[in-house]
This record gives sequence, C-alpha cells and structure tokens, in this order.
Amino acid sequence: MSHSRTSSPRVSIQAHDFDLSAEVAALRAQDSRVGAVCSFVGTVREHSAGAADPISSMELEHYPGMTEKAIEAMIDEACQRFDIYRVRVIHRIGRLQPLDQIVLVAVTSAHRGESFAACEFLMDYLKTQAPFWKKEQTAQGVRWVDARSSDDAALARWGVLGSNI
Amino acid sequence: MKVTVKYFASIREALGVSSEAIETSAVTLAALRDELIAIGGAHGQSLARGRAVRMALNQVMSDETTALLDGAEVAFFPPVTGG
Repeated sequence: MSHSRTSSPRVSIQAHDFDLSAEVAALRAQDSRVGAVCSFVGTVREHSAGAADPISSMELEHYPGMTEKAIEAMIDEACQRFDIYRVRVIHRIGRLQPLDQIVLVAVTSAHRGESFAACEFLMDYLKTQAPFWKKEQTAQGVRWVDARSSDDAALARWGVLGSNI
Repeated sequence: MKVTVKYFASIREALGVSSEAIETSAVTLAALRDELIAIGGAHGQSLARGRAVRMALNQVMSDETTALLDGAEVAFFPPVTGG
C-alpha cells in the first residue's frame, strides 16, 4: 500500500467541515489500480437514541494526541486485514448542530468487497475505541451521551476484543 | 514514581481538573485508580469501582493490569462516544 504521510494525512481531527467529493477525489487521484471507493459519513441527528427532546447542539471533546494515534493504529490494522489501497478518516470536534457532518471514513481498493468491509470495520472500531465524547444540549439542559453495548457487539463481530462499556 | 494523570468528559467535570501531577507507589493502573479513589470526595465517586472507567497509558488504550511507568501520562475517562 502506498501513501505519502507528509503530503496527504490519513487522519484529520478538525473543527471545520469537510467536502466528501473533494476527499474522495483526492483519495483516488491518479490511482488507476482503484476500482472501488467506499465512504461513510456520520451526521448529527436531532434526536438522540430514545430521547424525547431535540438537541440544539452537540459538543465533541477528544484527547489531543491520543485521538490521532488511535485512529492511525486502526487504519494500520484495516490495511493488514483487508486488501485496500488508501484510507482517509476525518473526525470533527467542537460544537456541532443537527444536520452537521461529524465523521468521514473513505477507503479505496481494486474491488468493492474489501473497501465495503474495511469501511465498516473502521467505523465499528472508531465507535468503541477512539477517544471522543459527545455532550448534547437540549431544552432540558446538558447531558453526556452514553456509550452503547450494540457498538461493542459490532466490534466483536470482527473478532476485535476490546469492550467500551 | 511521578505520573501525569489526565481526565476527560464527565470525569473531568466532576473533578474540576483536567490534569494533575501525582506521586504514586502504584505499580499498575488498577493500583493507581485505587489510590485516587482513596482520596475520597469527587475522586472517590468518579473513579469508584462499579463505574465504567476506561484508561490509557502514554496515549494508548490500556486495561487495569497494565504496569505503570515512571513519568508516564495516564488518562481516565468514560466509555467513548465518538463517530
């Protein structure tokens, strides 16, 4: 797998928004081996799981230094498990609103099976092992989002042992 | 040994501190957690056994059995909720 870390980072942790088509274009640029690009975008919903009140905003906290390291290690693992070429992960931090984009995972490969799987693997991994925490603002006040056991179960499907809850 | 302990999210809010220098004789993360619980007050409540607390040593996710290192950066935080 070839990529240039100095000119095109695999991981970005940033407050500002990203452009999916620009990221995909950059990821597969000039790479004629690529037959498949798979991407996932996570967005802010207005209603949190089971909650009655709509959220007016969300604050995303992270662990500077560890966040990048953790996601880089997940990408390294994805590259070992799946026959893929390049990976791009962007995760936003700071204050977000409903409809905002939160996270991008994009993967290139020769054929679709590998990049579909790698993309899902990375999202399942990120949900349970990347050091971010969401805090939601509603009319009732502020609450920290709870981690979900279903996310642990999703990671376990890949044979990765590492519980979150 | 001397370690830096960082706290995040609801644990940081409960303690009112994001980072503190700790002098400890603990040899594992479990023992360090128990020392911090023994401080009592907000430390005792936030890090209590039975509460879901995750930890990292030198910015790598670790479990309780991990050996502590002199000069290390340790972090305690709630289960993660990114993505």
